[in-house]
Amino acid sequence: MQVIVNISLKEGVLDPQGQAIGRSLNDLGFKEVGEIRVGKQIVLEVDESDPARLRQRVARMCETLLSNTVIEDYEIEIPDGQ
Amino acid sequence: MSLSSMRIAILVFPGSNCDRDMMVAIERLTGRRPALIWHKENTLDAADLVIVPGGFSFGDYLRCGALAARSPIIDAVLDHAARGGAVMGICNGFQVLLETGLLPGVLVQNAGLKYVCRNVTLSVAQTVESPFTSNLELGRSLTMPVAHNEGNYFADGEELARLQDNGQIAFRYTNAPSHIPTHGPANPNGSALDIAGIVSANGRVMGMMPHPERAISPELGGVDGATLLQGCLEALAS
Repeated sequence: MQVIVNISLKEGVLDPQGQAIGRSLNDLGFKEVGEIRVGKQIVLEVDESDPARLRQRVARMCETLLSNTVIEDYEIEIPDGQ
Repeated sequence: MSLSSMRIAILVFPGSNCDRDMMVAIERLTGRRPALIWHKENTLDAADLVIVPGGFSFGDYLRCGALAARSPIIDAVLDHAARGGAVMGICNGFQVLLETGLLPGVLVQNAGLKYVCRNVTLSVAQTVESPFTSNLELGRSLTMPVAHNEGNYFADGEELARLQDNGQIAFRYTNAPSHIPTHGPANPNGSALDIAGIVSANGRVMGMMPHPERAISPELGGVDGATLLQGCLEALAS
């Protein structure tokens, strides 16, 4: 099954990249843009058909390697219709 | 123990690029060539010091140091550290040690969003008993290069307070005058509390962003790195 992991910076962690992108958008005339936070998305194809087990297994992957829980949060999404 | 009888291991990952500089620096100081240990090895021979060198292990993929920190050799490094063995991580090696959990916190992107490659000046801070600082004069300024994009030390307020209270901050960026021009603000990356390097609670594991192995001869712009390394080696040998 396909799993999507979204990794984002925790609240309170400075995101200089997000700030720079925000400044650029403002400079380009998108004055309505406030704070920007940049994250990353990891799409995994996993050989597991039970959604509960899949979610548990991917959570382990996130804790072990995919995210650094000192500064990052993760969200696991299992797209419908698989 | 004499310096020449010290057994020193330098880890090598795909993308390490300061392993050989460190090997030369150590060999000059001790007269004995350290062992280079490939990351796929599972064991470390008894070592008096394990060094995780700088570079771009695994291309900095996912997060700096993240993939190296899960390499086969790391279990042996964790065992070595658990026995009280000394471990030193420089630059990417510091990032690796944070990812293994041997040291607390994380190094995030430089506040200026740019790769910074220039000399900086550090001062030696008061720490817990540690071979990485015990032979260096407290408050002494040392100038050597940094070369990194992710050297901005971050930890939550509680962790930072703990580091300070426990005396785990080993080196701080300082604007103290230096005999070598540094061309920029004292703190090159926005690091919390001007942290350039920290030690573990037991003082046996140290990570720092600046490169002492790149400041070991006057021809290369200074010898303060040799001073720092020699202080560590002599303390470990004594």
